[in-house]
Amino acid sequence: MELALSPDQKLFQTAARGLLRREHSLERLRGLKEGEPRWSLEWWREGAELGWAAALVPEELGGGSVSGEGVRDLGLLAEELGGELAPGPLLPVNVVLAGLVEAHGTGPDHAIEIEALVTGESVASWAVHTPGRQWSPDEPGVTATPDGDGHVLDGVKDRVEEADRADLLLVTAATPEGLAQFLVPAGAAGVKVSPQWSLDLSRSFGEVGFDGVRVGAAAMVGAPGAGRVLERQLQIACVVQCAEVCAILDQVFARTLQWAGDRYSFGRPIASYQALKHRFADMRTWVEACHATTQAAAAAVQAAAPDAAEAVSVAKSFVGERSLVILQDCVQLHGGIGVTWEHDLHLYLRRAILNQALYGTPRDHRLRLADLASL
Amino acid sequence: MTESTTESVEDFRLRARAWLAANMEPRDVRPPALVDDDVHEWLAARELQKRLYEGGFAGICFPRAYGGLGLTPAHQEAFNDESQDYEMPLHLNIPTFAICAATLLDVGSEEQKRDRIGAAIRGDEVLCQFLSEPGGGSDLAGLTTRADRDGDHWILNGAKTWSTSAYAADWGLCLARTDWDVPKHQGLTMFLVPAKAPGVTMNRIRMVSGSREFCEEFFDDVVLPDSAVVGEVGGGWTVASRQLFHERNSLGGGSPYTSGRGRPRMLPKVAPVDVARAAGLAGDPAVREMVGEALALSAVQRQTAARVVRAMESGVLPLAASSLLRLLAAESAQLNDDLALKIAGAGAATGAWGDPGLQGRAGIGFLSRQSASLGGGTTEIARNIVSERLLGMPREPAPDRDIPFSQVRRGR
Repeated sequence: MELALSPDQKLFQTAARGLLRREHSLERLRGLKEGEPRWSLEWWREGAELGWAAALVPEELGGGSVSGEGVRDLGLLAEELGGELAPGPLLPVNVVLAGLVEAHGTGPDHAIEIEALVTGESVASWAVHTPGRQWSPDEPGVTATPDGDGHVLDGVKDRVEEADRADLLLVTAATPEGLAQFLVPAGAAGVKVSPQWSLDLSRSFGEVGFDGVRVGAAAMVGAPGAGRVLERQLQIACVVQCAEVCAILDQVFARTLQWAGDRYSFGRPIASYQALKHRFADMRTWVEACHATTQAAAAAVQAAAPDAAEAVSVAKSFVGERSLVILQDCVQLHGGIGVTWEHDLHLYLRRAILNQALYGTPRDHRLRLADLASL
Repeated sequence: MTESTTESVEDFRLRARAWLAANMEPRDVRPPALVDDDVHEWLAARELQKRLYEGGFAGICFPRAYGGLGLTPAHQEAFNDESQDYEMPLHLNIPTFAICAATLLDVGSEEQKRDRIGAAIRGDEVLCQFLSEPGGGSDLAGLTTRADRDGDHWILNGAKTWSTSAYAADWGLCLARTDWDVPKHQGLTMFLVPAKAPGVTMNRIRMVSGSREFCEEFFDDVVLPDSAVVGEVGGGWTVASRQLFHERNSLGGGSPYTSGRGRPRMLPKVAPVDVARAAGLAGDPAVREMVGEALALSAVQRQTAARVVRAMESGVLPLAASSLLRLLAAESAQLNDDLALKIAGAGAATGAWGDPGLQGRAGIGFLSRQSASLGGGTTEIARNIVSERLLGMPREPAPDRDIPFSQVRRGR
């Protein structure tokens, strides 16, 4: 994503790569059985020690980023881990932290939970998607009814990332005073997590039912009507997704280019055919464009710029859709081997499909752009 | 200020600010009317240039010896900042100053620099380029316009096309073949040709959009003196390469030789968001999605341009990476045209008499959709450049490489 990295950023990147490669490989991913844990808590804690959950959290809350620009550092990390299809709760933990930090000081104090997430002692995930619906956080499918000084949550969420491993759920719910978010222990009475199918072999998702779940006043994050906090969470999620996909595109494009030089047909490398060269030129252009728009989105979110929402939707809609075009063309250029289980291409494609589908499809984000343009 | 001291950029800026306020009119930013004759605009540009010259603000970065001010690009930048809101002779920026005069400064004779650059700075003359030919688009060096030596003169014969604003020009930089027995790049010579010399026939080309900015020229036994040669005889490709360099630089906004920033007013293509409003379709989700798609790609195009320009400046990417931008710009422009047409519906094809409206303009704009992937070098050539120079893929075979041009096969 970034054109040039500082020495600290390079160190951050190298450390992440080392820890990732020690435990995870595409080979292991291919061999995973259904229901088998994708990652270990110990591994995630080691990552947390390297700062994987710290970038968005200010130092006074126990966090800190290597460059002082946390969103960019998180993007860098997402590229490093995403390019190798790392499992783990990088996205959900950082998205929840983004919300908690954004809401910090505007409602009940969550400093203890923030610290536990930064150190990797606990894992959290955002419960935002409503079953049967595309991106529609304004219609949350879970209600929070006032009850004494707290609330009672009822309803169902799905597509909750790493739900079975989460200690805490950040639940977006409807209250009589507007949208509100609650930090709910996954073990609270009335919370039921059931596993969901996932196209991406490295990720797991769950459906979470809330059946009369009683939460105290301290569970609320910020105050009702907190659209700004929710928007921040969405922006961070999309930056992480786009950064992961950029790294995937780099990997797959490089492998496909290599293949085109190595593979001969009719006595010449297939890279010498102009029809193919022109497709590589288009893909090279689009990969650069994916990086550029992701970088611009990360910079806008970093700066909390007025146009951050627009920059994020530009990136998510473009990267989400164009990545699939590029990856499928890479499959085509590989020939039949590209659609075999044995080849790595489908592993990358799975993650790219997942990332374009969650936290708003390209279509959802285009509609948002039309809204933002006051059409 | 004396001859030996250079005025500081800030002093120059303040002096320019005061002078501009007293002497120039506010810039007209309205889209121009749909007329096909803009000769009056060229006369106005010459007048404005004369005023800049008389006020001492013309040719800021050109040397004093050739009529300029001999100041730095920072002075020019300051002037461009200050003149942003005033009418400027923007027609003269490209190609007169930023391409032709800049090239003459690089490789012209003393006489050419003094006479042609000087006259351009005074607002007396306009320059243009005679490069492309009807017989070949992308293969510029394969041109067949010829100049043959006749005593101490040259006789020019052939045809050129796509000469931007040549109808308004006094002189053109014309690339011709002077040696047919060497490989194609080595047998070329650049000439300064009077645009209205005996034997020059010029037609304005009418584009489907209604634009008439391009010309075609026919040269029949045009007699040129030896002093018309720019650079070396046989060194025409070197000169043309400087022109192409200055052209790329100026289109990217990097030329220090322009008077004022911006382009001459043009009737812009309509944007899908405006067509959606005009067509009363703002409530249609399918239309809203199309609008979002167009907005996204045009933003991505700007973001990519910024990133790639930075990468070329810092050396992370080679200059050939500008072809990435060329490809993305075409894609974005064409998506804009496609979606505007879709949203306009029947209104793109028929409408109120005398006023095609925004929907009608979507239809008119679609007619010249392919200009975006043709002008400034085709996207096919850009794809060759990206794949060969950026990705290192095998080069296309070139049967004309290293053989005398007279033996190269040509079409009719």
